Amino acid sequence: MDAVVRFRAAVCLLGRFPALAGVDLDVAAGEIVLLQGPNGAGKTTLLRACAGLVPVSEGDALVLGVDLVADRRPVRPLVGLLGHHTGLYDDLTVVENVRFWSKAGRSKRTDADAALARLGLDGRLADVPVAKLSAGQRRRTALAILVARRPRLWLLDEPHAALDQDGRDLVDGLMVDAVDAGATVVFASHELDRAEAVAHRSVTVAGGTVNGLLAEVPVV
Amino acid sequence: MSDVTADSMLRDAAMVVGKDLRLEWRSRVTLSQILPFALLVLILFAFALDPDRRILEEATPGLFWLAVLFSMLLAIQRAYAVETADGVIDALRLSDLDPAGIFLGKAAGIALHLFVLEVALFAGVTVLYGATPHGGLLVVVTMVLATTGLAAAGSIYGVLAAGLRVRDTLLPILMLPVVAPVLIAGTEAFSAAYAETSGAGWKWCGLLAAFSVLYLAIGIFAFEPLLEES
Repeated sequence: MDAVVRFRAAVCLLGRFPALAGVDLDVAAGEIVLLQGPNGAGKTTLLRACAGLVPVSEGDALVLGVDLVADRRPVRPLVGLLGHHTGLYDDLTVVENVRFWSKAGRSKRTDADAALARLGLDGRLADVPVAKLSAGQRRRTALAILVARRPRLWLLDEPHAALDQDGRDLVDGLMVDAVDAGATVVFASHELDRAEAVAHRSVTVAGGTVNGLLAEVPVV
Repeated sequence: MSDVTADSMLRDAAMVVGKDLRLEWRSRVTLSQILPFALLVLILFAFALDPDRRILEEATPGLFWLAVLFSMLLAIQRAYAVETADGVIDALRLSDLDPAGIFLGKAAGIALHLFVLEVALFAGVTVLYGATPHGGLLVVVTMVLATTGLAAAGSIYGVLAAGLRVRDTLLPILMLPVVAPVLIAGTEAFSAAYAETSGAGWKWCGLLAAFSVLYLAIGIFAFEPLLEES
């Protein structure tokens, strides 16, 4: 299998603080990889680094063939990140948010509408302003945008947070569907029982360091 | 800039301005909060200066543009507050939108809001201060050029301050010195329009045009690194 993520001795500084202090990580195409570790270990920073939102200041970092050390911006349209924030406009409705962000990711309107249906947002919730949604419903809306954009690499930070049982099952199903469609998934979670059941492999992040190497794999 | 790049930039700008107008339609922040604030400023100027209107009539051009600048600060803060809430700015960075298109869309949205405010303020000074311009075309051209410049500069400084915790208090300090040329040129052009000496006002429109072109160019080329740093 080809490597979608390849980090070697990667360092990320947040100000002067080394949020990642030497990450060695491979993620092969088609994998679902769970990042686990205590709060503050660097899981969120690692996901944001993979998305090209945090600069990698030392070491090597390749994601989907993009050298993040040289220029991290080209990787952004290729990945989908669901972080702690949903990135939604409060005064737009669910359907308006999903269509706007899908179009901003060059997806078709039909993809947006299909994603709304997949997430169960095509009914009475479709025309509700996001400001009036519960935390779980906001999370579903953000997931719908991810589904509509069809990224090659899914980066999910606590994807089960704020969701009910059905929502959590749905997230697990989305990750499996994404991989079946040829994508790769890296996600962080504290809900280890559920997360380990869906993940192919688990990597521990501790003190900003990771040792998650695979046997040698060619880079995508 | 290639045709494809320009097309993509304009298409993205249209998307962003369409979204901003929809946000305003839903929230009515400009109509229900910024517009009353602008009119309140005019009324307070009237209380402070002269109940018999003589000084007010003479000072109308300057007071009009001061009220525009104060209202502009609120419009820019609102325009970027929606982009910084709940991680939207990260979503913008992760999107395929052309940063120059985002800049033009934000600037166009701010300009439309400002233009509505200026029309209301113009009606306000006519009714409250009894000031009537003689050079209608000069007034319109001045408003269009000044609005373009203010919106472009506001969009640049809005994103510059967007990532800062102290953005609400920092934005006026950053912006007001920068837009001083608009205050001066707008006031001079309006003074000429109100004093039946429109010819003298057109040269100030040249300054407004230069200001607008300068800040539009800076925004198109510098918005991407500014968005990156915000």
